Amino acid sequence: MLTHRVIPCLDCRDGRVVKGVRFQNLRDSGDPAELASAYEQQGADELVLLDVSATPTGRSHQVDTVRRIRERLSIALTCGGGVRQESDAEALLEAGADKVGVNSAAVDSPELLSRLAARFGSQCVVIAIDAATRGTGDGWEVVVHSGKRRTGIDAMEWAAQAVGLGAGEILLTSWDRDGTRSGYDLELLRGIRERVRVPIIASGGADTAEHMADAIAAGADAVLAASIFHEHQATVDEVKRRLASLGVPTRTGAA
Amino acid sequence: MTRVAVIQTGVANTASVIAALKRCGAAPALTRTPDTIADAEAVVLPGVGAFGAAMRTLEDSGLADPIRWRISEGLPTLCICLGMQVLFDASDEAPGLPGLGIAAGRFERFPDEAGSVPHLGWNDISPDEACRVLSAGAVYFANSYRLVEPPPGWSAAYCEYGGRFVAAVERQGVVACQFHPELSGTTGSRILTNWLAMIGAPAC
Repeated sequence: MLTHRVIPCLDCRDGRVVKGVRFQNLRDSGDPAELASAYEQQGADELVLLDVSATPTGRSHQVDTVRRIRERLSIALTCGGGVRQESDAEALLEAGADKVGVNSAAVDSPELLSRLAARFGSQCVVIAIDAATRGTGDGWEVVVHSGKRRTGIDAMEWAAQAVGLGAGEILLTSWDRDGTRSGYDLELLRGIRERVRVPIIASGGADTAEHMADAIAAGADAVLAASIFHEHQATVDEVKRRLASLGVPTRTGAA
Repeated sequence: MTRVAVIQTGVANTASVIAALKRCGAAPALTRTPDTIADAEAVVLPGVGAFGAAMRTLEDSGLADPIRWRISEGLPTLCICLGMQVLFDASDEAPGLPGLGIAAGRFERFPDEAGSVPHLGWNDISPDEACRVLSAGAVYFANSYRLVEPPPGWSAAYCEYGGRFVAAVERQGVVACQFHPELSGTTGSRILTNWLAMIGAPAC
């Protein structure tokens, strides 16, 4: 049977893995290639690498980082952060990415998703959506540029539109929960699940395997986490064993 | 060390394919020259975007004929994901556009009741007894279309998602996988190693 994926996320700035809370106060968490290999050994099902560098100079490390990771990695790697045009996606694929995540640039020009899907196939195009609860408490809006700009765009509408344009997977991050370890935003997940058929990766707020099982029950196909793995709270393997005891099937017997 | 020509389509995850082949002891090199592909000891056709665009690229670049020839002769050729789909007659992804037509069959979209589409992630495969390269275990898929019946004359491995479908087929030196061996950890490495070991070994 198709198992649920556990996906460690490597947020990188200037070639180093970092992690913060709600995209701010970033702390150094290690070398991306070393962490990538360690997580594969622990049983990670795939990896996500997001470049959160503030400057083009910082982002210039990304292709080199992807190349270093790929030499050793034998699982899928999704890369995002700063993908604004087809040539950015091509450079990442040539370096060793298997899927490309698009976020802010797709909000600015949705047709980018169609162009990427026509060329690389929908299965290669991941729409990364950062969703924040509206100030009015009424639903969620899309935030871009690492959460610095609220767009007013309804997250549900945007998810459906992005899939219609060719995105083959959604990386759904709750801005409110990111780095807080208070659990995924389950209402947000349920809302998006009702609107789309493509796989959804739940992101933002994971602290325990129970949170992950809750996200899967709410409609997520896969669960992403960063802090709990970077800070050695649990290994991927430990999380998967706990998920199994909660009745969530995952891939076992990894390297 | 087996030299492997990896077809450069410009739209596939060729770096992952090359890295995996190197880890398995092969010497891969990218190419888009029809003669090189015809003459190579071994060839990999990686996943290449959407069915229609892939077929047009193969036909326009003169790569379709050497691929057809290699596969009809049973020469060592590994086709991955969409690289498998284009070997067949057609796909519902591009109605009216013929595939390479080397193997009989038509790819259809997963039914709604299967679950999320694309079928994305790790799923188990079971090879039939005649398979020499394909091996049982969990492998990584990313496909929206599937083949239900294997073509006559090929061995096959099967997978379940909204019903049984063909995860891979093999015949002589040719292996065509719907899944991605280059992204399938130890199971994928075993399959690549089996394929490389068969090359140069006498056919039985």
